Amino acid sequence: MSQSDQAITASGDHGHEHRDDIGSKMGMWLFLFTELLLFGGMFLAYGYYRYLYSDEFHFAATELSTSIGTLNTVILLTSSLTVALAIAAIQKGKKNFAIFNLVVTIGFALAFMVNKYFEWAAKMHHGIYPGADELLAKSNGEIIFFGLYYVMTGLHGLHVVIGLVLLAVMLVFVIQDKITKDKYVALENSGLYWHLVDLIWIFLFPLFYLIQ
Amino acid sequence: MSQHDNNHEHHGIGYGGLTLVWLGLLALTSITVSIAGISLGEYTLFVAMGIACVKSILVVNYFMHIKFEEPIFKVFIGISLFTLVVIFILTYFDISFR
Repeated sequence: MSQSDQAITASGDHGHEHRDDIGSKMGMWLFLFTELLLFGGMFLAYGYYRYLYSDEFHFAATELSTSIGTLNTVILLTSSLTVALAIAAIQKGKKNFAIFNLVVTIGFALAFMVNKYFEWAAKMHHGIYPGADELLAKSNGEIIFFGLYYVMTGLHGLHVVIGLVLLAVMLVFVIQDKITKDKYVALENSGLYWHLVDLIWIFLFPLFYLIQ
Repeated sequence: MSQHDNNHEHHGIGYGGLTLVWLGLLALTSITVSIAGISLGEYTLFVAMGIACVKSILVVNYFMHIKFEEPIFKVFIGISLFTLVVIFILTYFDISFR
């Protein structure tokens, strides 16, 4: 008897449990493709304006801190590892190791947002935010660079917050045994979302922080 | 039945394999950061994007488990990436032949 047969018979008192883990993951991937197109459009806008204002983009990017960008890259990559470890652990029935890894992932997500806060606060302190007089006095290319910077890293940051909430819910589910060795597709799908957040950052990082 | 079989293959590459992938990703990050300091002229962007693509392939295949998923998932990804590339290329033609 395979694991999923056991899952079905275990819930025998409500009749058959209809579950399709592959279909569930497929749905998640379809959603991720809409996210890909959402960010894809922004990357396209970035590409066009970088082509138009190549020198201004290089000059404006010197305002960004490579070290804080690198730190956030390492944070996101490591959090992607810990969420993958959490899924591997739950598959092996190691509940405590899964909980540990989810807590670490949520911690990294918070650290990312704290870094983002300090980064944006420093920019705003120097008068670089959409609509600021100091920013509007700069060249068109620089205004567009910072516009894209705020929209793209802002939307990415929003995704980090959503991912954080999602993973926190999954953590509660694991603690309550609603996610177990035999039933973990919700955790897998949340993991997929978190990896997408990481993937987008993998492209945002060199395009904004590494073009001196 | 295939779904049941799949459940047994779900273990993927395990803790050690995942950690190796993570080390690879960190190595690629340090390469891309150190290369940014060297001026490669026109090629800087292509090198940076190339490294980002390699990192994405690692994340999608191992962290997102696609290497061990059913082939239909790869078809899905292929179609959506193709769509995105078509949009990029058509826009490129629009801009360069104005």
